[in-house]
Amino acid sequence: MAELPDTPAAMPAPLLRPASPAALFSAFTRLALQGFGGVLPVAQRELVERQRWLTRDEFLALLGMGQMLPGPNIVNMALIFGDRFFGWRGAVAAATGVLAAPLGLVLVLAFLAQQAQGLSAVQGALRGMGVVAAGLILSTAWRLGSGLRRNRLGVPLGAALLLLTVACIAVLRWPLVAVVLALGPLAMALAWRKGR
Amino acid sequence: MPGWLHALLLGATPLPAGDWLALFTHFLMLSLLAVGGAITTVPEMQRYLVGEMGWLSDAQFSGSVALAQAAPGPNVLFVAVLGFNVGGLAGVLATMCGTLLPSTALALAAARWSARNAQSPWLNAFTTGMAPLSVGLLVASAWVLLEPVDLHVPAALLVAATLLFMLRTKQSPMWPIAAGAVAGALGWV
Repeated sequence: MAELPDTPAAMPAPLLRPASPAALFSAFTRLALQGFGGVLPVAQRELVERQRWLTRDEFLALLGMGQMLPGPNIVNMALIFGDRFFGWRGAVAAATGVLAAPLGLVLVLAFLAQQAQGLSAVQGALRGMGVVAAGLILSTAWRLGSGLRRNRLGVPLGAALLLLTVACIAVLRWPLVAVVLALGPLAMALAWRKGR
Repeated sequence: MPGWLHALLLGATPLPAGDWLALFTHFLMLSLLAVGGAITTVPEMQRYLVGEMGWLSDAQFSGSVALAQAAPGPNVLFVAVLGFNVGGLAGVLATMCGTLLPSTALALAAARWSARNAQSPWLNAFTTGMAPLSVGLLVASAWVLLEPVDLHVPAALLVAATLLFMLRTKQSPMWPIAAGAVAGALGWV
């Protein structure tokens, strides 16, 4: 349990503030440990409904920033959120909360899997999980992709950029740096023109 | 040093000193390109670790990503598992620090900047333009994960079933992952 600040229960559902960096650390640890196959849905429940540190709209704005910036979305969100309350100390507390405990856990699993590598059942299980992992990523792509219909670039242009990215990266196997540096400015220039 | 301890600290096959630096700097560079989440760099990591450096096999690569997806926590932890399978805990340090340091610095700077410039047209063009690229990178990541599997009917069915399950139900992704593990252990996919 994170310690919540002592707020009179009679107040009309006000937003609360995290009491300390330690409270941020434990709240983010708890939400990270509940997130199988992605932490975002749990983060919404934990930060908005349980802790009442954010309204739903504030959460969406935070999510947008986390997604737009390069790097892991949930780690970016933790950094920005923590920074808001306690500066860099809060940012560090929230981000290490998201990362530390799950990192320890996944490394134990990786070590055990490595030691059991000779077993064909373990290899098969990892291969089967890899196929499912591809399906999970496709489902995220599907959800986000349907949002592209509202993108100002328009469907034909958006779809063309999407397919071009897939072709360069997955089919031609060009390095990501080259592809993002070539297609990124092109896409932004097109978006800039449409926005005027 | 016993074999398991060596594998734990430095990896099963020792890397020459220059390779540690190469591993760290490559992930350092990738950090700022991971628009749309860490998982979008999967194709590039596969190209580098499997194709260019030969540190992991295709199957080891996909297995690493799958293991991280099956455990709780942020998706970015697949970077730690890749580092671990290349070079033990030292590899984890190289890949995780490389991945997190630049994006963390940028996130903090951008948070403070955008709090003051929320309506900037630059910010707007960036978000709008990068959106289709991010989705394209996700599709490419899924494509690359299927590399070690020859896409016969059972594997294609498993991908389709996972997709349907995730889009049509609100259940935890633990279920399809467990089903995939069982199907794989039994040799069906």
